[in-house]
Formats: sequence, structure tokens, C-alpha cells
Amino acid sequence: MTNHWTDIANANLILVMGGNAAEAHPCGFKWVTEAKAHNKARLIVVDPRFTRTASVADYYAPIRTGSDIAFMGGLINFLLSNDKIQHEYVRNYTDVSFIVKAGFSFEDGLFSGYDAAKRSYTDKSGWGYEIGEDGFAKVDPTLQDPRCVYQLMKQHYSRYTLELASQICGMPADSMRKIWEEIATCSQPGKTMTILYALGWTQHSIGSQIIRSAAMVQLLLGNVGMPGGGVNALRGHSNIQGLTDLGLLSNLLPGYLTLPADAEQDYNAYIAKRAPKALRPGQLSYWQNYGKFHVSLMKAWYGANATVENNWGYDYLPKLDIPGYDVLKMFDMMAKDQVNGYFCQGFNPIAALPDKNRVTAALSKLKWLVVMDPLATETSEFWRNAGPFNDVETASIQTEVIRLPTTCFAEEDGSLVNSSRWLQWHWKGAEGPGQARTDVRIMSELFLRLRERYQRDGGAWAESILKLNWPYKVPEEPTPEEIAKEFSGYAVADVTDASGALVKAGQQLAGFAQLKDDGSTASGCWIFSGSWTEQGNQMARRDNADPYGMKQNLGWAWAWPMNRRILYNRASADPQGKPWAPNKRLVWWNGKAWGGTDVPDFKVDAAPESGMNPFIMNPEGVARFFALDKMAEGPFPEHYEPFETPIGINPLHPNNKQATSNPAGRVFDSVWDSLGQAKDFPYAATSYRLTEHFHFWTKHCPINAVTQPEQFVEIGEALAKEKGIAAGDRVRVSCKRGHIEAVAVVTKRIRPLQVNNQTVHQIGIPLHWGFTGVTRHGYLTNTLVPFLGDGNTQTPESKSFLVNVEKI
Amino acid sequence: MASQDIIARSATTTAPSSIRQQEEVAKLIDTTKCIGCKACQVACSEWNELRDEVGHNHGTYDNPQDLSAETWTLMRFTEHETSEGNLEWLIRKDGCMHCADPGCLKACPSPGAIIKHANGIVDFNQDHCIGCGYCITGCPFNIPRISQKDHKAYKCTLCSDRVSVGLEPACVKTCPTGAIVFGTKQDMKEHAAERIVDLKSRGFDNAGLYDPDGVGGTHVMYVLHHADTPRIYAGLPDQPIISPLVGLWKGVTKPLALLAMGAAVLAGFFHYVRVGPQRVEEDEHPSPPDASVHVVDPAVHVYDPNRPGGQGEERP
Repeated sequence: MTNHWTDIANANLILVMGGNAAEAHPCGFKWVTEAKAHNKARLIVVDPRFTRTASVADYYAPIRTGSDIAFMGGLINFLLSNDKIQHEYVRNYTDVSFIVKAGFSFEDGLFSGYDAAKRSYTDKSGWGYEIGEDGFAKVDPTLQDPRCVYQLMKQHYSRYTLELASQICGMPADSMRKIWEEIATCSQPGKTMTILYALGWTQHSIGSQIIRSAAMVQLLLGNVGMPGGGVNALRGHSNIQGLTDLGLLSNLLPGYLTLPADAEQDYNAYIAKRAPKALRPGQLSYWQNYGKFHVSLMKAWYGANATVENNWGYDYLPKLDIPGYDVLKMFDMMAKDQVNGYFCQGFNPIAALPDKNRVTAALSKLKWLVVMDPLATETSEFWRNAGPFNDVETASIQTEVIRLPTTCFAEEDGSLVNSSRWLQWHWKGAEGPGQARTDVRIMSELFLRLRERYQRDGGAWAESILKLNWPYKVPEEPTPEEIAKEFSGYAVADVTDASGALVKAGQQLAGFAQLKDDGSTASGCWIFSGSWTEQGNQMARRDNADPYGMKQNLGWAWAWPMNRRILYNRASADPQGKPWAPNKRLVWWNGKAWGGTDVPDFKVDAAPESGMNPFIMNPEGVARFFALDKMAEGPFPEHYEPFETPIGINPLHPNNKQATSNPAGRVFDSVWDSLGQAKDFPYAATSYRLTEHFHFWTKHCPINAVTQPEQFVEIGEALAKEKGIAAGDRVRVSCKRGHIEAVAVVTKRIRPLQVNNQTVHQIGIPLHWGFTGVTRHGYLTNTLVPFLGDGNTQTPESKSFLVNVEKI
Repeated sequence: MASQDIIARSATTTAPSSIRQQEEVAKLIDTTKCIGCKACQVACSEWNELRDEVGHNHGTYDNPQDLSAETWTLMRFTEHETSEGNLEWLIRKDGCMHCADPGCLKACPSPGAIIKHANGIVDFNQDHCIGCGYCITGCPFNIPRISQKDHKAYKCTLCSDRVSVGLEPACVKTCPTGAIVFGTKQDMKEHAAERIVDLKSRGFDNAGLYDPDGVGGTHVMYVLHHADTPRIYAGLPDQPIISPLVGLWKGVTKPLALLAMGAAVLAGFFHYVRVGPQRVEEDEHPSPPDASVHVVDPAVHVYDPNRPGGQGEERP
């Protein structure tokens, strides 16, 4: 979340789209009801289904799954052509005036630089700003230059008319206009909209671009950095934000630092590339400190072994030979016999990954599989024939499976990072059962044994393991406190920070501003720096005082970065440093410094006259409508159909097959044959969670099982009538990759949509059942999901695929 | 809860204690804030240690399908299309309404099996329950259920054990959106009034409070978007009244039954006077001839302290 849970109460309008907050986040949804109760806020829900969130909404409109960019693109066009933007914000805090290189173009669905054979944009040289002789990006403050971002954006979205957007989304045009008009009112400085989304946006082949399109809307409305505004990802696990922060993706290091590629053998070049100089005068470009974060990470990992002579351990780091070993890639390699063993920690891939049959086949190629989990997962029993639910030939599977029972979150101390970026310390509620051990214990013992083997026997690249720093008092089980202190960071030698304060060797650092690139500081994750200071564990704070009544609660736990609750909050004040509106005050300039109801996400002594802009992580200091070369599909979000599209064409580019679905989506060669077409599988399906269950965990809990005992699918009344299906009948839902069987819930809440002049029926498929646990056993829903994903994040397209449905 | 707090007992005519003063409490369920997450169902099961069967899906979100001895509250989901063609998903937490004039208590023939506390909570005491099911007939909301295991009646207790020590009911504590709140009945009415103003401002012209007169008001109340048609919320009675069968039992049937029973006593008495006691074998115990114990159904035992010579002993 750019903002945070309690801040939702500051919103005037709440748009829930690409998520079902009431269903999946009932506790956080409390803040929506607070906004409604105390702020007269209105709630709008846009979703393929009339959801539990819709049941308490002021307005609901249906949308076809996977068409959200058409909705947002149309909205951008609507805001621009009706002049419903926050002018001063947009002009000062975004890149609208920046001039784009002449090499950039967009024709019939493809941006410049596309290589059709490689299905990717191999030449992104045109996706950048014109740079002047002074080294700064060229701008045209009048916004008249036809190549400025404003004009290019306007032109790009001029194609997204109400009629066309309505045709693509299957949303009635009058509903769409009504929602757009209401959203447009939030361009007033005293009114903010918050957008709450979840996997309903991420799990598409164009997921990242859907989210970007939402961010663009919020920038046009001046709603980023504002109380009750922002673009807010509601994370799906209690600590998935923490996992992301610590380097979830295979090409990341903790704190969103990046692993070097094979070609980057030169340490200085690696740092320089990631520490860009400011692209406009007077901008902070905070990533210029990349070296300090990186060296401090290496000091935390390699301790005294990270020295200036070995480039602070840079040579110990692996260098990627391909862009990344994401989970789709790993399982594709597994299927090709390129992987021998797999460690599966807190992960249930045959249930969670797309195309269960493909995943099972891949696991069957392994020599060994280790499953670390508190529960007996389906993955740990993928070899067991469970009748129709897992119809495998056990004798043909030679994989040795080792199950290591772990404690669960409630059986250990530690911190969880929630969607709000709050690190909240928690204390164990019970001891783990039986032989269960903490993940830290298991991994530590594994490390110690590996280290011993490397010491004894040597091996390829042994230094990477042997030089690791392992300073914990009980090497077999470092405590959560020790690890937390290491993440936050400590002085290796006496250091003096910019303010002249001395931190003695061994003391905890106050925050990342004290990090150095000379080896005198260590921090395992620079964005967590400050979470455990000399004053103690900041994450354990539980003071919910709210002195300004702005719901920022700075004494409750600790938020990264540096306890700043709303990112880019300098943008909540106008260029002169005053809040845009008295009811939306967050931080302001008091004549000497920035301060207010939140911790400034800004250089605290940079006066408004300095011209420093709020988006300090960008070298240009402003927010980007034009994404430069950062995205796989192009600088502006464009609507592409799901890879399995119910209408067969992209109505924006009906004559260009290359632009039907994401031209840069992640599709392995072997996957094309597993994709179905609308003539065989005519219905658009989407998968989701229910509030009664958490993922594949709670089917092991009796009370949850009572509240939602048996697998079902949701079918609209019109389709059910057509197919002769009554509520409670058993149905078979099939696709090119397999089938499931479930009870039919026939509902008014899914209505047929008119898309591109044809009727599209949608089917809803919850995902909680499987062949373990105490619910009635069922099929793994992801049997139906295609094995492909977003080109940036590799997130699978679990929310849009084609199926057929028949009564059994 | 202390026995001093009991202001009515089923099938009992002794006057209730009246020393302790208690404010009436109420649980307010705001259907317009409820997201149907079933956390209240789970909290109820957890607090009361109830474990219903893992059932089936019957084509709806409702699970379990119905109240039972192991499910004292559940969400009932209704898909409703308004006259303007708008869809609404009405979700109502069903369970005991804790009526001010409880039909169950009125109908119950077993002394003390159903009690009403001074704070308004209506509670079942299974020690005294005879499993006759009259409470089900007496309930205008179809709430009590007889256990198949012990043949006793069960329903929501409004967590009388928690309330008696100053805690809110478990469902209230767990509700994530504040759709269930608890306090004095007066406070709950005031809170509801605020909610109704808000709902009317959002276009729900018929928003209102459900606190039906027919049962003397309830200690579980609903805020409804459509208070003019409670029935659309999964059959919530528009105007609940205690079943005429209970009235019949209390009104016509009971005196007749009394008469019949009295006649039987008299017949027995004259038989005893004229014929004398039945001679029995020594190992048989003679049945006690005391009419006040045997003949009169305790359910219809009427004690009037103002009428000396009435049944029972005169009080000083």
C-alpha cells in the first residue's frame, strides 16, 4: 500500500476493483466502514461478480475479467477530455512536461522496438526522455510540445472512448459513465479516493499494467501521497509484504536491491547503474545511496570477510545468467529434467501454481523434494492417488519426498509486515506440536551442515558459503531478536552521521541515513533500518495515540521506511509547502523543516523554494505517467486480452493478431498447445478465495470446514437455465488442461455481459479445496489455470481463463 | 448469572426476586454493515465449544444449512432484486432474538427450563429441559433446536456467561466491521437511529429498526435497509407474534385440561373415600395421594399470594 489500513478512514470515495476486500480482508475492511460512518464516504465496487464487498457498496457495476485497463484507460481519457484533473499537482509533481525521445512510437497495439520472434521488446532505446546538453531531461512546461508526456498520453488514451471501453468491459455505458463522473469529483484538492485491489489485478498477464493504469488515474486526481488516497495492494498473506521486502523475486536482494547479471562483473559499474544522478535540477534521486545500502547488506552477510579488496563481497554474490529464476521458470526447467531437487518452504505448488497436472508432472521428474510446512500439504502427497482428485500412478513416481514439520506463525516470536508496511512484532501463543521446528532452526542446521561439508570437501565456489558471517549465540537457532537487529543494522566501527551524532561500534543504527559504503555499517535490509534502534524494538510499540486525528498512529508498531506511514507524503502539500486542503493535512513546511501528522517521506530540511519534488526515489523527482523502459509491455498501459479470450480478438486492434494478448507476456513454448479457444471453452472463468477459508490452510480446521464444507462453482442464472443446471447440482468444469467437478451455486450475482456485441458468461471458481484436510475433499482449482503469466512479475493469469461447464 | 437476576421462569408461579436492578441490554445487528464473513458463527462455536458436522454445499453460501443444537447462529443469504432492478445481497445473522415476551418461555411446561434475566436475556437451562419441543412451537422466529444426542433444547444464550461478568457476547467481540454491537437497549436504539439517518441519506428510504412489538420488543435487534419488508431477509417475520397454539394452551386448553385434571383428582378422591386405598403387595410403594404434587400440572399451577387459601401456603 502507498497508504495504510487506518488511513482508509480518511477517504471520501473508496474504489474496490481487482479485489474483494470484505471477503479477503474482513478485518481491514473495518476502515472502509469507518470512512462511511465518519466521513460520509461512498463505496464503489467493480467486479465480475456481485461480491460480499458489493453487498455493502453504494454502487456496483460488473466488468469482464481481464478488461480493467480498458476501464482505466477510458477513465484517463474521460478525466483529460473533461478537464477533471488536479492541475497544480499534475503540472508540478508528475512527468507531464517531459519530452519523450523521437524513437518512441505506438502503432496498432505495439510499441517501438518489438521483436516478434522473441516475443519481447528487445529495443527499448526509444522509451526514454530527451536529455539536454546539461545532462537533464528536457521539459516543456506549456505542455504544448507534441512529444511531451501529456500530449502522448492524451493521444494514447483518446482511443479509449466510453463506447469502446464499455464494449470491451461488458459494463453498461451508463454505469461506466456514472462511476467515472463520481471518481472525477476527487480531483478537488479536499477530496480523495482510495483504490483497494488485490490479486484480482495482479493475476493477469497484464497485471502490472492494470495497476499502473490505476496509479495514473490517482496521479491525475492528485491522490498519491494524500490521506485517504493512494494505490493500495491488500496483500494475501499476513507476511507476504515482508517476504517481498526481503527479496521475494529471484532477481532481487533484500530492500529491492537487485542481483547482478552475468555481464556485470564490474562492481563499480553495477553500483553506478543503480545510483542514477538526478534528471532534473535540485532533485534528491535517493537511489544515489544504493552503494551504502548494498555495502551494508554485504557487511551483514559476510561480516569481516567483506572488504574493500573483494569489493565488499561482490564476488561472492551469484550473477544471473537469465533475467530470473521465477517459479514458472523453475517448474518449466523441472519438467525438462534440468532440476534434481526442490526445497518447498511454506509453499504448496500443486495447489498454488497454475496447471496442476503440469506441476505434478514436473515434480515427478525430481529426485528429491523437501517440504517444510506446518500442514500436510497436497504437494507433500502429490504422489498419492486420491481418486479423481489426484489421479496419479503412484508406482511411476520415483521422487523421494521428505517432510519437515515446521512451527506456524502463532508458535514463534517475530515480526510480520502487513499490507501497510508496518513491521509488527508478535509473541508466540503456543509451543509447536510434536517434532515441529522453526524454519530458522531447520535452515540454520542445513547451513551449518553444508558449511561443514564445504570445509571438509571443498567444492565449486565454496567461498560464497564459507565466508558467511554467522555471529549468533546459538548457531543452530538464531533468535528472532538477533535477526531483527541485524536487519535494522548496527555500526561495525564508530561512525558519525550527517548531523554529527556518534554511533559507537556495536550499537544499533537509528536508520538508513546513517548507512555508509565504507564498510563501517551493517544492515540486512536497508528499508527496515530503524526498526530496532538503541531505544529498543520499535516494532513492539503499541501506542495508538492519534494526536492530529488523522489516523496516522505513529506510535503503533513501525512502518518502513523510517516510520513514514504514507509514501510520497510531501505531495500532500502544494509547491509552497501548505496542505492542499485543511481536512487533508499530512506534512507541511513550518518555515524551517517539514513535519506534521506523518513522518515526512522527504528531505526534512529541503525548503519549498529549493524546487525539490516529492517523488524522491525517481531521478526526475516527479511521478511517471510514462514508465520509461521499466515495464515489459511498454511505457503506457494498453489493453490486451487474456491469453484465453472469450471474444478471440482485441477490439482495440482487431486486425493485429500480435496485439490480441500481451505481446510481452510470459509464455513458455511448451504452453501454447495447452491453451483453449472460445469455440470449445466458451465461458470466461475467474478464481478466487472465500472469507470462510484461508488459502489451502484452513481446510485443515474443523470450524472453517463447517462454514464452507464443500467445493462449489458460481454460475449465473441465465447460463444455468441455458444448461439445465439447478442450484445444488454437480457440474463438471473443464478446460484444455483438465477438469474439476463441484456443486453449482446458481446466482443472480453473475450476469451475462455484452462484450464486443456478443454475450459472455462468466464462471466463478473458489479455490480452497483439495485432497487433504477435513473439508469434503475436492479438486485443486488451479488444474484449470493456464501456465503463463505477467511479463514483469511472472504472476500467473489465474483470474482469466476459458472453460466449459456441463451438468453431470 | 445470579438467581436474583432471574425475573421469569418457565412453568413457575413463585414471584421473581426483585432486589437487584439491572439495565436491559441488547445486541444490535446492522445488516447494512454485515459482510457475511461468518466470523460470528466461528466465534460462537469457539466460545460455546460447539462443533457441528462438516456438511454439504446445497447450492448456496449458507453453511451449515440451518440452526442446530451445535449451531446457535448462522448467516442467511438472500439475493434480492429491487423494484428498480438493482441487485442486493441481503445477509442476516439469524439466532435467538431474546424477546421481552418470550414465546418459548410461555410455552415451556418444565419449571425453570427457560428463564428470563432482568437484563432481558432469555436462557435455556438444559438441566430442567424435558425435550418436549414446545419452545419451538412457542418461538415466532423458529430458533430453538432439540439435540439428537441428549434430546434437550438449545439456542443462543446471548453469551449470558460473558455478559454476567461484564463482557460482550463472543459474536460481538469478533465482528470485524462493527456490524454487531452490544450495550444497553437504550444505547443500541440511539445507535440504530444514527445508522438509519445515514442509510436514508444513501437512498434507503425505508431503513429502520427491527424491534417488533408483537413480542414486546427484542433484545436482539436489526437495522434493516428495508424495514418495511423484513420478510425479504430470509423470512424474518414482518410482525412476529407468539403462536396461537401457545395462547390456546394458556387460554382455552389449559383451563379445560385443568378441569379435566381436577375432575380426575376429585374422582380419585371420592374413589379413595368410598373404596379406600388400594391394597398392594408389601414390596410395592404406595403412590402418594397428595393431589398438589401429582394431579396439577406444574405448568398451570397458579399461585396468588393475595388470595388466602389459594393453592400453596399462605405467606406471612
